[in-house]
Amino acid sequence: MIRSTHLPLLVTLATFVLAYALCASAYPSMLSTRVVANLLTDNAFLGIAAVGMTFVILSGGIDLSIGSVIAFTGVFLAVVLRDTSMHPLVAFALVLMITTAFGAAMGALIHYLEMPPFIVTLAGMFLARGAAYVLSTESVPITHEFYDFLQGLYWKDPSGGRFRLIGGLMVLTFLVGILVAHRTRFGQNVYALGGGGQTAKLMGLPLASTTIGIYAVSGGLAGLAGIVFSLYTSAGYSLATVGVELDAIAAVVIGGTLLTGGYGFVAGTFFGILIMGLIQTYIVFDGTLSSWWTKIVIGGLLFAFIVLQKGLTWATQARRRTTTGSAAHS
Amino acid sequence: MIGPKHSTFKRILPQLLILAAALAINLVVFPDFFDIDFRNGRLFGNLIDVLNRAAPVAILCVGMTLVIATRGIDLSVGAVMAIAGATSAAVVVEGHGWVTALLAGLGAGALCGLWNGILVAVLKIQPIVATLVLMVAGRGVAQLITEGKILTFSNEGLIHLGAGVVAGVPTPILIWMALGALVIFVVRRTALGMLIEAIGINERSSRLAGINSRVLLVCVYLVSGLCAALAGVIVAADIKGADANNAGLWLELDAILAVVIGGNSLLGGRFSILASLIGALIIQSVNSVILLSGMPPEFNLVIKALLILAILVIQSPRISYLMYMLRASGPQPQPDTAPLPKTQKEEAQ
Repeated sequence: MIRSTHLPLLVTLATFVLAYALCASAYPSMLSTRVVANLLTDNAFLGIAAVGMTFVILSGGIDLSIGSVIAFTGVFLAVVLRDTSMHPLVAFALVLMITTAFGAAMGALIHYLEMPPFIVTLAGMFLARGAAYVLSTESVPITHEFYDFLQGLYWKDPSGGRFRLIGGLMVLTFLVGILVAHRTRFGQNVYALGGGGQTAKLMGLPLASTTIGIYAVSGGLAGLAGIVFSLYTSAGYSLATVGVELDAIAAVVIGGTLLTGGYGFVAGTFFGILIMGLIQTYIVFDGTLSSWWTKIVIGGLLFAFIVLQKGLTWATQARRRTTTGSAAHS
Repeated sequence: MIGPKHSTFKRILPQLLILAAALAINLVVFPDFFDIDFRNGRLFGNLIDVLNRAAPVAILCVGMTLVIATRGIDLSVGAVMAIAGATSAAVVVEGHGWVTALLAGLGAGALCGLWNGILVAVLKIQPIVATLVLMVAGRGVAQLITEGKILTFSNEGLIHLGAGVVAGVPTPILIWMALGALVIFVVRRTALGMLIEAIGINERSSRLAGINSRVLLVCVYLVSGLCAALAGVIVAADIKGADANNAGLWLELDAILAVVIGGNSLLGGRFSILASLIGALIIQSVNSVILLSGMPPEFNLVIKALLILAILVIQSPRISYLMYMLRASGPQPQPDTAPLPKTQKEEAQ
């Protein structure tokens, strides 16, 4: 039986199928594996960051810092690989540790200072972007044979599509994200926290460690997204990925996750990312539409999904009023 | 807190002290900071410059203070600035006068504010989400108006709004001061300010008390849209062109920062527009320190982050509770909020 909580996810899926059908009817070549492979490669960093954002939004919070953290990671890697003889793998581990600790620190501030996540992560956004600027204001190219090796890793489809490492990494991140959200204690706590902080507190959930964990995951995944972005562009630039946090939030919402927290699916975010990528691909295929249409269409989709969520919430409340005592399942 | 004269002063005292400190640092790094010349019929000087450059954020934070006082937030002001600037530029390029252009820009801003207000007040969408829609789509709309170009214009009247002087004082300074005075007068000499605070503290009970919170909320977002439009027109006039991509980029964050530095709680309720305006001046003074001292401008963001952190610590309910405990003498009854984290950890183990 389809529950009302599954409805946003189903609408997202239907939107994706419909959008793809429309695109394919206009440009049959969009069905080729080459386009599918590029869809995965081009949105890899955004997708990985959006997994972290899904957890944050599921818990009822928001993380505005991820765009800056991605830029910081890129610059950090570029500067470290240029100035030291450190192996990229060691640098990856180091930067992941830094970004995870950074996220955890923001989570700790949110929990212990009892301040809104919005303003704490805003400070984090300034701090990470500032740190990237301080490291280097110029675009630093990355030339390392290990990078060439990683970029050369792909599985070539017979019809010419190249499924690259970073696209695979995104899919893997989503799979792990789905498992963590639905099959672990941590995931349960995230949903409980988003469903109602007061209730979660009364049920004795470890609020402190969950909040810190959520933002640590978001920071760590933003770091991973930064690594992927540096593989994608072979450079680190402190002005890159401005506004990616908004794209990630939009993907999560289009993916059917309730912005007030508590309801939603990591898998929905995956289709949210694909829908946004599809819009961009369509505009590239069309050639006459300007790129700003992407923003307008995404804004429109965002609006449509928010209104849909609102309608569902109303419907649920109305039903609850008529049949008292029947609590909604999560 | 606000009301009689001395309590207004008490309310803005911390902001004044921070501003004085920021200006003092300016004086240290640049001894001629307070010099003001009168040349070619215009006042020149670093202090004038700070007042002038603070204009966009100061204008934005007037509307933002009201929005935040209702427990809301308006993320779209940067995008609305771009839309309003683009509209004015497009109207003036078509050969209309500057008054028409200004009115068209303000009209566009009013429409944006109305859209936000309806989403928040009628559809009851969280403010941060409702205004996110326009923040994402707004720049696209602005680019639609300018057709992807930077629209330049040479209409004297419109340029005068951003780069002109009236009686020796740059116009933007006069505009933001007049706007601030007007809004403060309106909200404090009528019951409006109190009603707005009531909505921020508890919307439901304010409605039960007979406040038409729906109309008032729409009006607050409308005012924020109008302020953003005014700031957008001034920024466009200043550079004699409308840049849909960069006009007002990230200024929403500066405006929110100014309101927070002004000591207004993000959780709504009591507000002081005067303190927010001083907050805008503090941000500009800090920018000025960085520019004058020759520090790389990259440090600007780091310093802003540290400023936010400091304010967070000061505003935090937990810290204020600790301060209260320190001040109070003798054993106090333990409120049940303080020891929670510890017990939760114990329960979890």
